[in-house]
Amino acid sequence: MRFGSTLKIAFRALRRNKLRSALTALGIIIGVAAVIAMVGIGNGAKAQVESQIASLGENIILIFSGSTTASGIRTGWGGAGTLKVEDAEAIRRELPGVTAVSEEVSSTSQIAAGNQNWFTRVLGESAEYFDIRQWALSNGAPFTPQDVRSANKVCVIGATTASQIFGSDDPIGQTLRVKNVPFTVTGVLTSKGLSAQGSDQDDVLIMPFTSAMKRITGGTTLRSINVQVANASDLDPTQQQIISLLRQRHGIRVDREDDFTVRTQKEIADTATATTDVMTGLLGAIAGVSLVVGGIGIMNIMLVSVTERTREIGTRMAVGAHGRDILTQFLIEAVSLSAVGGLLGIILGVGVSKALSIWKEWPSLISPTSIVVALLVSAAVGIFFGFYLREPLLGSIQSMPCATSE
Amino acid sequence: MSANGAAVIQLIGVEKTYRAGEMEVRAVRGISLEICRGEFVALMGSSGSGKSTLMNMLGALDRPTAGRYLLDGIDVSQLSRDQLADIRNGKLGFVFQSFNLLPRTSARENVELPLLYGKHQLTNQQLREKADRVLAAVGLQGREDHHPSQLSGGQQQRVAIARALINGPEVLLADEPTGNLDSRTSIEIMGIFQELNDRGITIVMVTHEQDIASYARRNVVMRDGSVQSDIAVAQPLIAKTELGKVATADDQPTA
Repeated sequence: MRFGSTLKIAFRALRRNKLRSALTALGIIIGVAAVIAMVGIGNGAKAQVESQIASLGENIILIFSGSTTASGIRTGWGGAGTLKVEDAEAIRRELPGVTAVSEEVSSTSQIAAGNQNWFTRVLGESAEYFDIRQWALSNGAPFTPQDVRSANKVCVIGATTASQIFGSDDPIGQTLRVKNVPFTVTGVLTSKGLSAQGSDQDDVLIMPFTSAMKRITGGTTLRSINVQVANASDLDPTQQQIISLLRQRHGIRVDREDDFTVRTQKEIADTATATTDVMTGLLGAIAGVSLVVGGIGIMNIMLVSVTERTREIGTRMAVGAHGRDILTQFLIEAVSLSAVGGLLGIILGVGVSKALSIWKEWPSLISPTSIVVALLVSAAVGIFFGFYLREPLLGSIQSMPCATSE
Repeated sequence: MSANGAAVIQLIGVEKTYRAGEMEVRAVRGISLEICRGEFVALMGSSGSGKSTLMNMLGALDRPTAGRYLLDGIDVSQLSRDQLADIRNGKLGFVFQSFNLLPRTSARENVELPLLYGKHQLTNQQLREKADRVLAAVGLQGREDHHPSQLSGGQQQRVAIARALINGPEVLLADEPTGNLDSRTSIEIMGIFQELNDRGITIVMVTHEQDIASYARRNVVMRDGSVQSDIAVAQPLIAKTELGKVATADDQPTA
């Protein structure tokens, strides 16, 4: 029955101390905004990394030739030529879930055309590579399976390579030299930007792996094999099938380690996002501290104001307030400060995340969880306050006659 | 003793003992007293005489340790804390020495305060109308929006009187109402009290100034927790006349 009046009383008291109310709410505003903005930034960074990983293509399994130990020296991935072209063909032929396979060899080389030259990464791939990586051409056409079979001297170049060698000229049909072997450019790839590791994915030249092996690297083994499966659910079974197939083909005894490494795209993504998860957690924790400090600030100011306002409490009791009315009034004051602070904090936090995402060109990611957590904390401040302040409040209510008679 | 009605306040053997550690302080030692409707009583005594303790009990701020206190027929000494609060809200009005107005709050909102703690929930419009009417009755028309810091001491005490009157109390209790005021303003406040008393409001006022007490119709003097004397004032001073004298004597205090 009295609640409406108590509400009125509490709001009048808050209005009476505008500056104090504003400063008190500021603690919560900053705390909540910090949590939302920091978690938003963390999530934005994570999404950025994820989209870079996704630029590898969808449902990919990567097979690297393994490390080898020669005279006690271990060479690391790709160090030993354990993967053969026939391995890739076996995978293509024997495993049902596989939709595309690309044999890959890789080297770096000086390339030249006319009076321009450029140092770039040279990849040998199958014609399916462009499908696997979902990498469209901005100009021209990719090389064909026929080019691969015949080891033709054709290539596709990345956007960076194209501009370095040919400037603004149209590269299609032009000839460039890789290690003095002339290649005809059939297409230019669309730009993919930086990779998750920060290298320029467009600084590349891609030719049929057969041409690369025959004319550039001179080897007979593959650096890696890119495999694409139809569905994400095929990733794990296919990974197992590849391992057993390759062990069998390589004649590896049961007690020996694989001489190759199989990684699914998901594993690579998990590793990369683990880092950003740690960062998000760290940022969130730091912001959480400021939220807690803001909450304690509200309680502290309320506590101080209870002792400051014993005289006011006495006056209120003298004109007929019940102890409960006083308690409720202070509770409403604290709850509305934290509620208003929480709401303003959410607006500020969302605003800051949006501004940062525009500035940093990150995807804007405001996590609903962080908003809920921030709201819960500011609500908890109000509720905890009730218990925290009961003692001093009741104390000043007991001592009321002295306060009024001066 | 102008007993022109039934007793509104009845004290029967009221005692109050404070315990301060080992010490027992008997502040009020068995007082029996009747105050009738329409009386204007000044409660006097030196400090330590127990008049403030008695006033706290009369004001239902404190319960007696022994004896009975009947206010308007209700035994206040038996009531719970919240029931006492309701009595203070509905049947009593308080005026304090230091006014006890809420700072940074308009005169109107200060006067509305007891209404907010009352039984009936009123609309803002009703609150405002009631408060403005009472403020006008104590001569503060046009000052409704002033904050205490913008009002003189006398004006602040008028706001406090308006606040005490807003719920139509049985008894107006004033604790040293002129203690913080100059003598001219004190007489003005006494004028308001006499006006209210003429309209039938019962007033009990604590004071230690003899000249202020002589505006009341009955003087109760306390000493060491008991009533020392209880006399009717033969010829109460009339505030209007005294104010006229002050006006002609200009700044001379009326001592």
